[in-house]
Amino acid sequence: MTETAPRILIVDDEPAIRRFLRTSLTARGYTIYEAVDGQDALQAVLSHRPDLLVLDLGLPDLDGVQVTRSLREWTQIPIIILSVREQEADKIAALDAGADDYLTKPFGLGELLARIRVALRRQATTASEPVFRDGGLSVDLSRRLVTVDGREVQLTPTEYDLLRVLVTYAGRVITHSQLLHKVWGEGYEDMHLLRVNISNLRHKVEPDPTRPTYIHTEPGVGYRLRAKTTGPLDEGVFRAG
Amino acid sequence: MEQRPDPDQLLKNIQSEQTNRGRLKIFMGYAAGVGKTYAMLEAAHQRLREGVDIAVGYVETHKRLETEELLEGLNVIPRKQVAYHGVTLPEMDVDAILALRPALALVDEFAHTNAPGSRHPKRYLDVEELLDAGIDVYTTLNIQHLESLNDVVAQVTGVIVHETVPDRMIDEATEIEVIDLPPDELLQRLKEGKVYIPDQAARAIQMFFRKGNLTALREMSLRRAAERVDDQMRAYMQTRAILGPWPAAERLLVCISPNPLAERLVRTTRRLADELNAEWFAIYVELVSRPELKLANRERIGRTLQLAEELGGKTLTLAGRSIHDAVLEYAHRNNVTKIVVGKPLRPRWQEWLSGSVVDQLIHASGDIDIYVISGRPEPQQGVVPAAWRPHSPWWRYLVSLALVALATLLGLSVRGQLEPTNLVMLYLAVVVIAAIYLGRGPSLLATVAGVLAFDFFLVPPQLTFAVRDTQYIITFIGLFVVSLVVSTLTARVREQAEASIQREAETTALYNLSRDLTAATNLNDVANSIFAHIGQIFGREVAIFLPAGQRVKTFASSPGYTPSENELAVANWAFEHDQPAGRGTDTLPAASLRCQPLKTARGLVGVLGLRPKQPGSLLTPEQRLALDAFAHQSALALERATLVEQARQAELLQAAEKLQAALLNSISHDLRTPLVAITGALSALDEDDGSLDEETRRNLVENARAEADRLNRLVGNLLNMTRIEAGALKLAREPCDISDLIGSALEIVEGRLQGRRVEIAFSPNLPLVQLDFVLIVQVLVNLLDNAIKYSPADQPIEVGARREGDEVQISITDRGAGIPPEDLERVFDKFYRVQRPGNISGTGLGLSICKGIVEAHGGRIYAENRAGGGARILVNLPIE
Repeated sequence: MTETAPRILIVDDEPAIRRFLRTSLTARGYTIYEAVDGQDALQAVLSHRPDLLVLDLGLPDLDGVQVTRSLREWTQIPIIILSVREQEADKIAALDAGADDYLTKPFGLGELLARIRVALRRQATTASEPVFRDGGLSVDLSRRLVTVDGREVQLTPTEYDLLRVLVTYAGRVITHSQLLHKVWGEGYEDMHLLRVNISNLRHKVEPDPTRPTYIHTEPGVGYRLRAKTTGPLDEGVFRAG
Repeated sequence: MEQRPDPDQLLKNIQSEQTNRGRLKIFMGYAAGVGKTYAMLEAAHQRLREGVDIAVGYVETHKRLETEELLEGLNVIPRKQVAYHGVTLPEMDVDAILALRPALALVDEFAHTNAPGSRHPKRYLDVEELLDAGIDVYTTLNIQHLESLNDVVAQVTGVIVHETVPDRMIDEATEIEVIDLPPDELLQRLKEGKVYIPDQAARAIQMFFRKGNLTALREMSLRRAAERVDDQMRAYMQTRAILGPWPAAERLLVCISPNPLAERLVRTTRRLADELNAEWFAIYVELVSRPELKLANRERIGRTLQLAEELGGKTLTLAGRSIHDAVLEYAHRNNVTKIVVGKPLRPRWQEWLSGSVVDQLIHASGDIDIYVISGRPEPQQGVVPAAWRPHSPWWRYLVSLALVALATLLGLSVRGQLEPTNLVMLYLAVVVIAAIYLGRGPSLLATVAGVLAFDFFLVPPQLTFAVRDTQYIITFIGLFVVSLVVSTLTARVREQAEASIQREAETTALYNLSRDLTAATNLNDVANSIFAHIGQIFGREVAIFLPAGQRVKTFASSPGYTPSENELAVANWAFEHDQPAGRGTDTLPAASLRCQPLKTARGLVGVLGLRPKQPGSLLTPEQRLALDAFAHQSALALERATLVEQARQAELLQAAEKLQAALLNSISHDLRTPLVAITGALSALDEDDGSLDEETRRNLVENARAEADRLNRLVGNLLNMTRIEAGALKLAREPCDISDLIGSALEIVEGRLQGRRVEIAFSPNLPLVQLDFVLIVQVLVNLLDNAIKYSPADQPIEVGARREGDEVQISITDRGAGIPPEDLERVFDKFYRVQRPGNISGTGLGLSICKGIVEAHGGRIYAENRAGGGARILVNLPIE
């Protein structure tokens, strides 16, 4: 919808990573700004007003979670965090603080671009799409109808709620606790329930429940409903040159 | 012909010159009051003027002004107050002097006995410690305090001197200065009140200070000094090989018996040996036929042997059939030239019965001289007299009387049928029984009682001691004599048997100890063997002290016993000085513990401590010998165990180093290998001038990407391994869905699967399992990686999951070559890789990481081979 290329602020203290991101993303048509630490980042958001933030968690001064929290106090700018493996607690903390998605280093460019697209799309749409489609899965939120490959699937109310929340987060990760709160309400911490329901949901919706294609597990963090389809929002302006 | 210098003497000279031992100068006089202390102090002042650092350890001025004046200007070390039974006695403070380390210390009254509770029982031992520490000492001594002259002095003056100094201390003195004063002048000084006399001994001193006595003593002291000069001159001559009137090398032998005369014999032998400049031996012969001696006599023999050693003789205990045989055999074998024996004390008839040792010696001695020494026995010093003393419990005598009564009753009942002479047998039987079962005393009683009872009850006229038929007298005599002989012989057999059993017990004990110690390989086993055996044999509690630096620490002790601080101090002393210390020794005899240094050829291994369960019992000389044998065995075993332990540590260290080297090699290789492909691809693309086509470029890039993945996995594995090793693996457990786990794992390895078929077989209704999701996914990824690596690309991989009791079992099976049966357990070791042809990449860490993670969850992981080919890894995880 926008004519100008989306503006992305890259925050990482490693020059090599910034260089790689700048090169790759500029080639894809994004306008890139850089910041080297937390304070720098907060300043840069104010001065450059980017459309999306790629934020490393391991910053020298403020850590990524603190930056996220500070930003969320006044802006809803999409934030994708970068972290190393086995720092699940940090990732969860950042996501719960308001970050939209995460990537584990080392990551491939394709993954990054996909996440950026999803995060920007969320921003771009004002009205939510009533029907979600991905591959054989179709979820009609207005009619509470779920079909797989044309076949209707019967879901319990909880299972449907679960799927609905996943759909609203389509393409983005949602943490266990976020899922629990949104489906069962504040104060629910029972992982057991969540796992069982996800399992049931998969059995009903996935062609091969043991190799899920739609409902994807983010180990240690949460779940992600894959959105492989490229909608009209994915075309065009991003292919520069 | 030139005489070569005697190498032994040379060595002695060198040693005495080279040693850092302090030098001892003795100011010797023949009586109190000749001016020894005064002379010592004057000499000290002379040295002080020369600039020598002097400390006064202990000087007794007896409040005499002239002596006290001499103390001024000298550094007097305050006396240590030793508390004993409510009284404080001033003694020399050895520790203070050792701490001060003066060049010269003055110590009065060399022969003084220290108060109980002091470190050493005698002051000369304190002086010895000072000398060992390199401090020179001046001391004073009266001639009558010499051990070897003790009996002569007693004979001459009638006064027995109790405080003696062993002659070796005098022999080792560097200098002896005789302080002489004509007896008349001494008596004059006594009259003038210038001689110190302790009040209690006033009368004895008066007896002592008679002119005849003094003259004799003076002569003794002068002669002793002259002998010493003679010795020194001889030594001098020997080192320079100056021909001189060398006496033939004599060797003396003295026999020791429990006889109280023995000590006198030993001293006489020492004096003889001195005069002849001869070596001498003191021998005690243990008779095989009469091995068991009363305790008091055994102790006396032990003391006599100890005295002989102190006086410079070599001691030995021999076993033999008869005294003269054993002694002569030893003498002939060792070139003894003279034997010293004591004049027999027993009455003639006893000698006639059992033979006189002296006579037999004289007859069989051949060319060995026999010196027969006479003398009245020492005044008794609390020694048990040789008279017979009952040593069987009193109730045994009652039993023997009862047996006699029984025999009498039997006799009375059959009196009608048998002649009285035949009834004698009953009493004989009683005597034999009493001898076998009750002991010598009761059997003698049975003999006497039997004869009386026989006379009284069975010989007509009954109930009187009179005899009608005098033939019965012969019967009585016969009964008496036979009973006596039988009882003596039987009792002796019994005693011999008991002694044999005792000896056998000791030998068996030593054998058992040796056997156990040989089997024990670690220090704890050795210690336990020692406690069990030594503690049992000696009836004591045992402690083992092992070195920790310069001192020793308690390593272990008998159950229920912990050595106290004081006892540890005794052990430390024994260790530092390499001498026995504590109870029953010269040092710290008041301690409750006897400490024996454990020594092997390599040096001191530790200290063994024995503590009697009841206070007051000392070890007999035999027990001390046995203890030496046991201690030696223990020392060897401890040394061996220590060496084994050291070897094991060295091995462990070596293994750890090897592993580390392997690790570094492996990592270095495996980290660099992917980089080769990555760097190669990038550089190829960089330098491409257009000659590479699209496909080639694509291949390079894909290859580089795959290698980068591999590098990433390797780094992850290394990090995991480090975490597991450091114990820093924290599990974030939460309920997990098994299929979720496997799904995530499969997703991660999707690229590497490359179209391979994965067959999944789960049992339905698997419960949720409490696991750390990320870590278990890692385990599954590693297992899948292995399956991919080790099986051909067209073969499927099976993944299964089922419930087993309170566990869930996940299995991953491949159709590769399988694992060699002997390696089924070792595959989980670090860096293990099954040897197989073809290049299999990877560090070999994967399975060991799986094992670490699975076991951290409380689960099990193991491998088996699939029937039909291939390997299967099974993981069991507890549900809760």
